[in-house]
Amino acid sequence: MKFIASLILTALLSFAACLFLPWWSIALAAFLVAALIPQKPGKAFITGFIALFLLWGILSFWISNANENILAHKVSLLMLNMDNPYLLMLATAIIGALVAGFAALTGSFLRKSK
Amino acid sequence: MRIVPFLVSAAVTTGLVYALNVSWKIGGKDAPPFGTFLSPQHGFWQNAEPANENFSADLKFPQLAGKVDVYLDDRLVPHIFAEQENDAYFVQGYLHAKFRLWQMELQTFAAGGRASEVVGPKALDHDREFRRLGMVYAAEIALKEMEKDPVIKAECDAYTNGVNAYIESLTESTLPLEYKLIGYKPEKWNNLKTCLFLKYMSYDLAARDDDFEMTNAKSYFNVDDFAKLFPLIQDSLDPIIPKGTLFEKQKVFPVAPVNVDSIYFKNKDLSFAETTKPDRDNGSNNWAVSGSKTQSGAPILCNDPHLGLNLPSLWYEVQISTPTFNAYGVSFPGAPGVIIGYNDSCAFGFTNGGRDVRDYYEIKFKDDSRQEYSFNGQWMKSKFRVDTIKIKGGKDFIDSVAYVQLGNDWCPVMFDKSFSGGRSTSNKNYAVRWKAHDASNELKIFNMLNHAKNYSDYSAAVTNLHTPGQNCVFACKNGDVAIRTQGEWPAKWNGQGDFVMPGNDSSYLWQGMIPQDEVPYQYNPERGFVSSANQKPVDDHTYPYYLGRDYPPYRGIAINRRLNSMTNITPADMMALQTDNLDIAAETIKPLIVANMKEGELNAAEKKYFDILKNWDSRNEAGSKGPTVFEQFWNYFEKAVYDDEYANAPKVVLRPFFSTLPEAILKDSAYKFLDNISTPQLETLADDITAAFKKAVVDLQKIEADGKLDWEKHKATRINHLGKLAPFSRMNLPIGGGDRSINAAKADHGPSWRMVISLTAKTEAYGVYPGGQSGNPGSKYYDSFVDQWAAGKYYSLWMMTKAEASDKRVKSKMTFSK
Repeated sequence: MKFIASLILTALLSFAACLFLPWWSIALAAFLVAALIPQKPGKAFITGFIALFLLWGILSFWISNANENILAHKVSLLMLNMDNPYLLMLATAIIGALVAGFAALTGSFLRKSK
Repeated sequence: MRIVPFLVSAAVTTGLVYALNVSWKIGGKDAPPFGTFLSPQHGFWQNAEPANENFSADLKFPQLAGKVDVYLDDRLVPHIFAEQENDAYFVQGYLHAKFRLWQMELQTFAAGGRASEVVGPKALDHDREFRRLGMVYAAEIALKEMEKDPVIKAECDAYTNGVNAYIESLTESTLPLEYKLIGYKPEKWNNLKTCLFLKYMSYDLAARDDDFEMTNAKSYFNVDDFAKLFPLIQDSLDPIIPKGTLFEKQKVFPVAPVNVDSIYFKNKDLSFAETTKPDRDNGSNNWAVSGSKTQSGAPILCNDPHLGLNLPSLWYEVQISTPTFNAYGVSFPGAPGVIIGYNDSCAFGFTNGGRDVRDYYEIKFKDDSRQEYSFNGQWMKSKFRVDTIKIKGGKDFIDSVAYVQLGNDWCPVMFDKSFSGGRSTSNKNYAVRWKAHDASNELKIFNMLNHAKNYSDYSAAVTNLHTPGQNCVFACKNGDVAIRTQGEWPAKWNGQGDFVMPGNDSSYLWQGMIPQDEVPYQYNPERGFVSSANQKPVDDHTYPYYLGRDYPPYRGIAINRRLNSMTNITPADMMALQTDNLDIAAETIKPLIVANMKEGELNAAEKKYFDILKNWDSRNEAGSKGPTVFEQFWNYFEKAVYDDEYANAPKVVLRPFFSTLPEAILKDSAYKFLDNISTPQLETLADDITAAFKKAVVDLQKIEADGKLDWEKHKATRINHLGKLAPFSRMNLPIGGGDRSINAAKADHGPSWRMVISLTAKTEAYGVYPGGQSGNPGSKYYDSFVDQWAAGKYYSLWMMTKAEASDKRVKSKMTFSK
């Protein structure tokens, strides 16, 4: 239950923070949630990771879908040297996931060890 | 709290965020900061515009005096309806910025010598050259002149405010894609930037000269050979103003200096500066046919300016409707008004005048300090302009440029010890006298043309055009057609400015300008049409002023031949003519080549290609192999004829223009240069043709093996992204044509806007440009016109009325008010 709640809260807080703050506010969001809702460090990492993997993955998929992948085709060629919009979404999701994962891990260490 | 794991984990997180927040060099290229760039709420995903985006908005700006409604149609063309004229320019500025901001700013950075700020040290030479040419100096002079005119100042101020209103609304996520990629932010617009942009057009259209190359050619060849290699007169010329036209009486009489033969024409000193130059074929076609030749009885005006092809395009389509005028056409992102287009009364267009208005003077300084220079036997004081060039990822570069006063004009010493454009081996100093340095108010032309109702309005408008000089075509609903070869041109003595001139003798300076009433023009000529295609404007034998050389004759011949024979013309006929692929030079010269080929000496493979050439219809069509064979052959033929004479020539030297060789061998099959002077025997035309063809076949076999023998595959017309990013460019477009066809579509240069306007009671207008209305590579409107353009098809241009606001073509509505 904590896992699901943390996951949803991390995603929501990240989304809200990014409306006003730079992209790295996802780290603040994941850190805060992990600090407030105690979980084991490994679990906290996975929570943050999955929250942002889903958030950034779904957001980029959603945006790109409405764009008929016009830009994702071009940017994937530019950045990945191959025409693969989905790989670009995966890269986006993983980058967000890693940052949030480590931020959540840090947050979980803030709590006393059990 | 677990201190150690916490610290380690916090360090990893911080390090990760930092690493993703800065840019890295990957494979020698700057990669954008990955975190910022990939964040779906900040980065490039935000530029992935929904395919069904609705641009409707209700916007309020205190700068506006009244209300403005903008209807964006299905091609994203804005139809601006303003209660106040200047509000329309505010909105045009806002829309230019909204759809083209990155391009607008980049163009002015390039114009003002600030490209290094964006792309780093590799642009330093470009920046120094542009500053040393006096681009900023020229723009500052233009700004002063323009701001003296209250109408134009108000227009520009409104435009600038509109651009800035958009810039101020930008957030990190709405920033144009290229800013995110390169990692910088737009700065505020101002009127100087508009002037810089216009000077950039002057550079593109009126900075073409071969003075250094010609100087070296003159020094290397004897007088007779030079005259043969660089003839002043083309036999095939069909000038813009037809032969036999009488001109106004000459009022300005330029006099050649007394020592001109020894000091200038016969001087064998070599100059070694190589300048960057705009494309030789920055030209265009335009024509207007009278009602007597059209099916409808109304005049038709056509224009297709040939310029470098880029994405985003130089052009942005727009309709501007105000209580004082209603105009439609293409505009320059960076400047207010409609540049080429039509209004409710008339239509207007341009081709480049192409005369040499950039000359160089050799300056002798007293010493290396450049403080004093010799002029008319005296030491004169120079001025200095010190430029600080900011460089991305490097230290500022400080460049000091001496300015010398030549007569009344202060001219920058563009080339000196410290700067030679990259190739000089000389210690000499060269000042540049460029017509674009002179005060002028070019925006006034477009303002007046947008308002023009008749021929006299048009004439009054275009006489404001100083630089770049243009052939201005005009047609009116009352039946008038006209063309004026407009511009403020220096009146030169024969040969003045063809070569570098001495800068210490006032008798070599420009002595005056050709008076505006002596500008050759045609108004409702008997032949029923006017036309221009960058050929020489007039017949040298009867026109009193010196015009120089290097005017391409062929497109003009093709256009006039067709227009002469056409009757009952429809807009569709005009579109077919604009996209016509006949190569008239090839048509003229091919029989001579075929007749002189020593077929007996060709092997089977060579015969195969010779058959392609023989059977070719001289049309540069997509899918045709003949143009590729002809082009390869011609390259080797020119080399066979001239390479021996040029064997010991200086590196920076002019080769004959294309038309020289065909004209020469059509006239004289024993043309002097056919013989290879490095062999004992005498080579003939047949020898050169056969030898060149055999060499060409070696290349052609390779080309065929690559599957690129078809003309359009060999030519590979492309439209490059301005930042040269391949995924944002359009490559290998299936389009025929070439530089000698009316459809002058070359590799990355060609018809940048095709327009056909039939001035019937309700105007029938067609147009297309190779680009799209949006500059955002993430928009479906980014390159939406490219395929239509390549296929030679047009869009019907919609001069919308307010009553049509509910037409199904209207996709979004933006309102602007106080």
